Amino acid sequence: MINSNEIIDDIANKEYEFGFTTDIEMDIAPPGLNEDIIRFISAKKNEPEWLLEWRLKGFQAFKKLKFPKWQHFELPELDLQALSYYAAPKKKKQLNSLDEVDPELLATFEKLGIPLNEQKALTGVAVDAVFDSVSVATTFKGKLKEMGVIFCSFGEAVQEYPELVKKYLGTVVPHSDNIFAALNSAVFSDGSFVYIPKGVRCPMELSTYFRINAQNTGQFERTLIVADDNSYVSYLEGCTAPMRDENQLHAAVVEIVALDHAEVKYSTVQNWYPGDKDGKGGIYNFVTKRGICKGQSSKISWTQVETGSAITWKYPSVILQGDHSEGEFYSVAVVRNKQIADTGTKIHHIGKGTRSRIISKGISAGHGDNSYRGLVSVGPRAENARNFTQCDSLLIGNQCGSHTFPYIESRNKTAMIEHEATTSKIGEDQIFYLNARGIDSEKAVALIVNGYVKEVLNQLPMEFAVEAQKLLSITLEGSVG
Amino acid sequence: MLTIKNLHAEVEGKKILKGINLEINKGEMHAIMGPNGSGKSSLASVLAGRDNYTVTEGEVWFNGKNLLDMSPEDRAREGVFLAFQYPVEIPGVSNINFLKTAVNEVRNYKGLPPMEAKEFLKLTKEKQQLVDFNTNLMNRSLNEGFSGGEKKRNEIFQLAMLNPSLAILDETDSGLDIDALRIVSNGVNKLRDEEKSFVVITHYQRLLEYIVPDFVHVLYNGRIIKTGTKELALELEEKGYDWLKETEHEKESV
Ligand SMILES: Nc1ncnc2c1ncn2[C@@H]1O[C@H](COP(=O)(O)OP(=O)(O)OP(=O)(O)O)[C@@H](O)[C@H]1O
Ligand SMILES: [Mg+2]
Repeated sequence: MINSNEIIDDIANKEYEFGFTTDIEMDIAPPGLNEDIIRFISAKKNEPEWLLEWRLKGFQAFKKLKFPKWQHFELPELDLQALSYYAAPKKKKQLNSLDEVDPELLATFEKLGIPLNEQKALTGVAVDAVFDSVSVATTFKGKLKEMGVIFCSFGEAVQEYPELVKKYLGTVVPHSDNIFAALNSAVFSDGSFVYIPKGVRCPMELSTYFRINAQNTGQFERTLIVADDNSYVSYLEGCTAPMRDENQLHAAVVEIVALDHAEVKYSTVQNWYPGDKDGKGGIYNFVTKRGICKGQSSKISWTQVETGSAITWKYPSVILQGDHSEGEFYSVAVVRNKQIADTGTKIHHIGKGTRSRIISKGISAGHGDNSYRGLVSVGPRAENARNFTQCDSLLIGNQCGSHTFPYIESRNKTAMIEHEATTSKIGEDQIFYLNARGIDSEKAVALIVNGYVKEVLNQLPMEFAVEAQKLLSITLEGSVG
Repeated sequence: MLTIKNLHAEVEGKKILKGINLEINKGEMHAIMGPNGSGKSSLASVLAGRDNYTVTEGEVWFNGKNLLDMSPEDRAREGVFLAFQYPVEIPGVSNINFLKTAVNEVRNYKGLPPMEAKEFLKLTKEKQQLVDFNTNLMNRSLNEGFSGGEKKRNEIFQLAMLNPSLAILDETDSGLDIDALRIVSNGVNKLRDEEKSFVVITHYQRLLEYIVPDFVHVLYNGRIIKTGTKELALELEEKGYDWLKETEHEKESV
């Protein structure tokens, strides 16, 4: 019989599938964080004065803020001065169509399974591809435009739709929200912008694919999604990074605004490089994601499948401001080797009759450490607010950790808040039972894990659910003995 | 088909099997009886490859292959099936999905393509009827919240689906009501043919009235101390095990 340690070692040494690098000419700013670099970025992007001002306010806030201490892990030393804050593939000239995108870049995304050529692209999914700090291509832009849907890089939105950007930027995640959000506000590079006009149901999934390639750069994208009255959009974010020796910081911000009766579904399949078996070289995934249900009966739903990164630290949140608005959070977070995840959600019930649902599934294997941290707050005006939280942990092996920190703050007596939590372990007897039916141990774990996360994966668009399922079986391979 | 020679095994340093010899030919039905703790389930576990048991001596040959060299999953794929005394609950994994995976793993081992959905459904329906297995249970999580009897019936249903050449039934009769016992026994009898062999572990002679064994073995203290035909089961029912234990102890003290 195979020794369990052998399998674990074998897997730890297994190569991360997306760990290759692309050799491409880059514009890279010298390392260092100061006002000059912010002005440099802003100028490079030909930004209006108000945006530069906003960045500088972000920088001022950043300087006053401190790194938090409440998280359930030791924050590694971050030398923010050693990072380069701008890295972009060199462009020969202004791009007019996909045909002009550097073939090396197209090939990179193709290798990642994200063909940018519209003929080859997944039907029904429009993609904005972000390579290091900048958006390199957006597919199906024309088709979407016909319906009034704006889907483009953030930089392009600043040029083409400055009034929209100005109206909503920072309204959900203010420039001073937390130290990483402040840093992002100061130096954000690019990202995606989405606007769905009144009454439009976006006909395809919108998706951003982030790829970190350059070394010693931080990745600071900003995504802004605005769904106007009675509109609907489903948005998906995917990400990978090459294997490096140095850990890299990814401090993105996502803001979502849902107006009256609008619905936004935001899904993430996160597969950043987790580092070697000690987490060395992995991504620090410290992002701020928040949505506001501004309009009545609006709805925002977060679904995340977190399998990569050395440290994942984020709480996609919803502010339920509009009466009868609804927020959802579905999460699967997997940690193995020495990966750390401290993730969960915050739901603020402000409006009347607001509802929320939280389903969190943590999976810990190896020496991984998984924390669920969640806040459900109910304000005095939130008559009849309802929350249901289900928080499950699955342990594989004896050396991993799992923790739950649920916070509840209710200031309205009519609120109903339910919290359920379970912890289970994949037992040797379960594995043996499946073995005895001809199923090997790795398949057995995959079968159990897939059953365990089904409720969350069901929330993902079909193609991505399949993708996520594959990812889960890869990331958990060999976690048993 | 199965040859067990002088099999010794221990668990956590404790000797449990102390020299088992057993020969099972194609098409035979063997019953194993014996007092609690005598090692019946242990023998089944060792044959299925449970890894907390260490084989310290002896050999097991299955269709000419060294069974002890194989992983548990390969033993299953080769055609060894263990109906567990205590089937395990696996939340979140639907019974049907589990079965499909199991059936296809065995097929894959034999170089066959996965079974077509339609064919699988047909097979499921057919075998379900064989043991009168409730359709509702098909879509539930594997054994989760199943009653004791439902779990046992599920084991036999899986047996029917996987169609192994050697089936070891560990106290499948305990926990079944009278009607279920009859249904399950009938199911087993229908599965019997000259290619398949069975080892039925039981405490009750009643089961052996339905499933008539070719041989009855008494396992005591890690050894087979007596082998006979179905009449032996009747004798045990009447006299218990003490008379055998005594002769056994006499032998030991010689
Ligand atoms: N993991 C273990 N650690 C220690 N002892 C064990 C372990 N597993 C089994 N045993 C012991 O091995 C002996 C044989 O157990 P086994 O389950 O094979 O008995 P059995 O004949 O099937 O009994 P029953 O009729 O009660 O099912 C018992 O004394 C039991 O306590
Ligand atoms: Mg037993």
